[in-house]
Parts: sequence; C-alpha cells; structure tokens
Amino acid sequence: MEHQASSEVTFHHHVPGNENVKRIIKTTVILSVITIIELAMGFGIYFIHKNPDYSRGLVLGIKGCIVILSLAKAFYIISIFMHLGDEIRNMIMSVAVPIMLFIWFIAAFLWDGNSYKNLRNTYDKHFEERTTEQKGKGGH
Amino acid sequence: MASTATAQQTKWWNGGRSPFNVEYGKLMMWYFLMSDAFTFGAFLISYGTIRFSQNFWPDPNVVFNAFPGMGHANLPLAFVSVMTFILILSSVTMVLAVHEGHRGNRKGVMKWMIWTIAGGFAFLLCQAWEWHHLITGHHAVLAEGNKIELVSQTMGGNPWGKLVDPAVAQKALAASSSEILAPIVHDYHKEGMEVASIAQLEQMPPNQLLSMIDMEHLHIREKGPIAFGGYFFGITGFHGFHVFSGVIINIIMLIMTSKGVFDRRGHYLMIEKAGLYWHFVDLVWVFVFLCFYLV
Repeated sequence: MEHQASSEVTFHHHVPGNENVKRIIKTTVILSVITIIELAMGFGIYFIHKNPDYSRGLVLGIKGCIVILSLAKAFYIISIFMHLGDEIRNMIMSVAVPIMLFIWFIAAFLWDGNSYKNLRNTYDKHFEERTTEQKGKGGH
Repeated sequence: MASTATAQQTKWWNGGRSPFNVEYGKLMMWYFLMSDAFTFGAFLISYGTIRFSQNFWPDPNVVFNAFPGMGHANLPLAFVSVMTFILILSSVTMVLAVHEGHRGNRKGVMKWMIWTIAGGFAFLLCQAWEWHHLITGHHAVLAEGNKIELVSQTMGGNPWGKLVDPAVAQKALAASSSEILAPIVHDYHKEGMEVASIAQLEQMPPNQLLSMIDMEHLHIREKGPIAFGGYFFGITGFHGFHVFSGVIINIIMLIMTSKGVFDRRGHYLMIEKAGLYWHFVDLVWVFVFLCFYLV
C-alpha cells in the first residue's frame, strides 16, 4: 500500500482506509447541509424583498451569515478535500499567510467603491435620483 | 501518531529532503493555486467595488429564476443549486479517486475519475444552458422614460433595473408597435389563452395585442447597471474555463491510469495534483456562487 513517492518526502501520512472514507463522507454531509442552509437564507431574502418596506439591516445580517457559512465551506474543502490540514505546519503557513492579504484587499476595495457612491450621491444629485429605489416600490 | 514524533526530530532544513515534506510538483501546484486564487479574488473584488459604488444592483433572485424545461415558472436559485451540488459531488468523487490512488487500486481510481469527469461535463452543460438562456431571453424594458424596448442579458445590456410604476408601463406599452408587443404577448399572455407564433402575432394590430397581455405577471423594469453582464460572463466564464481545463486534465489522468503509467511509477501523485486543481475549481465556485447568486 505504501509507495515511496519521492526521496524528498521524509514520511507519509498514515490515514487508515476506512477512517479516511468516513471523514470524506462526513465532510460531504457538512458541505451539503451548509449549502442547503445558504439556499434557505437566499430564499429568505427573496421573501423579505417582497415586502416593500423590508428591513435593510435584516437583509444585511442574513447576507453576513451566508458569507460566514461560505468561508466555513472553503475551510472544509481546503483542509479535508485538499488535505492541507494533514501537511506540516510550515507548509500550511506558507499558503495561509499570503492569503491573509485578502483581508486588506477586500476591505480596501469595497470601502473605495462605497466612498465613490457616497461622493457621487453628494455631488451628482441627478445620479442619486435616477438610481435610488424609492421607498415603497422596492424589490418586486 | 508516529509521524508527529518523526516530524519533531527531523532536521528539516539540512538539505536532501523537502522541508515541507511534500513532493516538489505538489508544492508548486499549491503555489500556482494560491496565485490563481488572487486572480479570481481580484476579479471578484473588482466586481464588489463596482457593486458597492451603485445605488441599485439587480436582485439575483430576479435574474436567475429559470429552470430548463419549466418555461417561465419563477424558480429562484433552483437551477444554480443543482449546479452547486453537481460540483460538490464531483469534488467528493475526486477525493475518493485520490484515496484509491493511495491504496494503489487502479480500478478504483478509474471508476471515481470517470464519475468526476461526468460531473465536470454536467456542470459545463448547465452553464452553457444558463448563458444561452440569459443571452437569448428578451425582457420588456422601459427606455428613456417613455418607450418599451426588448433587452437581453448581455455584456452591453441589462434588463433588471428598477421596477417601473404600472401606470407609466401601461402608457409606454400602449404606444408600442406590434413588433415589440408580439414577443411580450407570446411570453406573458392571459391564462388559458391559445397563442400563435411570434410571426403571426406580429400581424395583429397593437390594440388587440395589448388586451392579450397578462399585466399581473409582466413586470416592466428600467435598464439595470451595464457592468453586471461583463462581470457575470467574465467571472463565470473564467471559472467555466477552469472547469473545462480541469475536465481535460482529468481525462488525461484517466487515460494515463488506464495505461498503467502510475502503477509503473509506483505512486499516484499525479492524481493528487490533478485533484488539488479540481478541488480548487470547486472552491472558487463557492465564492462565485456567493457573490453572484446568494448575496
């Protein structure tokens, strides 16, 4: 069963066959359940939008939950399916640390877009009137 | 575990061995995927910047509500959830192929690789249908505040803008020609009404066509943000291209497996590397799904 893959590799990860399959099935169930919850929340937003005076804070909160659930899915795919969780710590860090750049990347550019919107709404009233949804007519 | 003890005693950086305890090609696959993650990330973040800069953005539940063979039934999120589950399942079959590879079981690897390839093809077919549906579908849109136009979801047009006040929409429809009204009647006619082909409808006078329209279900919108189409087709297209190349790589791996190449090498590391790429495609879809369909 064990193959000497390459002389660079010092030791192999011993995951017993049955245990590995069990772990794969468990992860599949977790990913499916999370996806179903996400879809249910997506439908939730759809029905909330049907009410013309829906709460924007509530929709934003649900969207936040969906983002967190997606990050959980990403963690399971990377850690279990791609077996990064089984690698040695230095190897994990050499991938995980550069990815942290995304925290700045996302925050800075969404902030920038939002700031552009605010500036345009302040100095270009025509843009604001033309593109803003009037209260009581929103959604559907 | 025995390996943990080995890990602590080994002098990783003395040379002669991989300090990360992985084969060179696999490590480089990880770094390639990391750089590809930044490419996809940059695309998605630029989409986010534009979206945040707009006062109005189309609701995905309105844009993506069609299902093959279901006509104009309003089924938000249904088709994309099918696509998502296809991709998750093909990711699972890929892990199982890698698992059989660890055990040196050629038959097992081949079986799971075939399922993975089938899943990839199914996903691509779904995407082809979805694109076709968006590009060829016509939607009545209020243009310049007073006239009706038929707009498709393309790179240059977006029919999913703000809802128009029904009185304004009615007035604009009344001023429209038969060529504009015929496709609208074809899609949104009153219940229980037998409707001829669009070519035949175009021969009818506008007044008659107008009376046939089901105003309950026809929601006339303004034009939406143009950027939506470019980002949607650009990013799902770039992802679809990754799926396509992943399918090709998997087919090559299947042929190599069936020829016994990996048995002769003594290891199935190539299956692991192809697997990493395939899981990455699934991983990207998690975020494409999130950014375009869910939020």
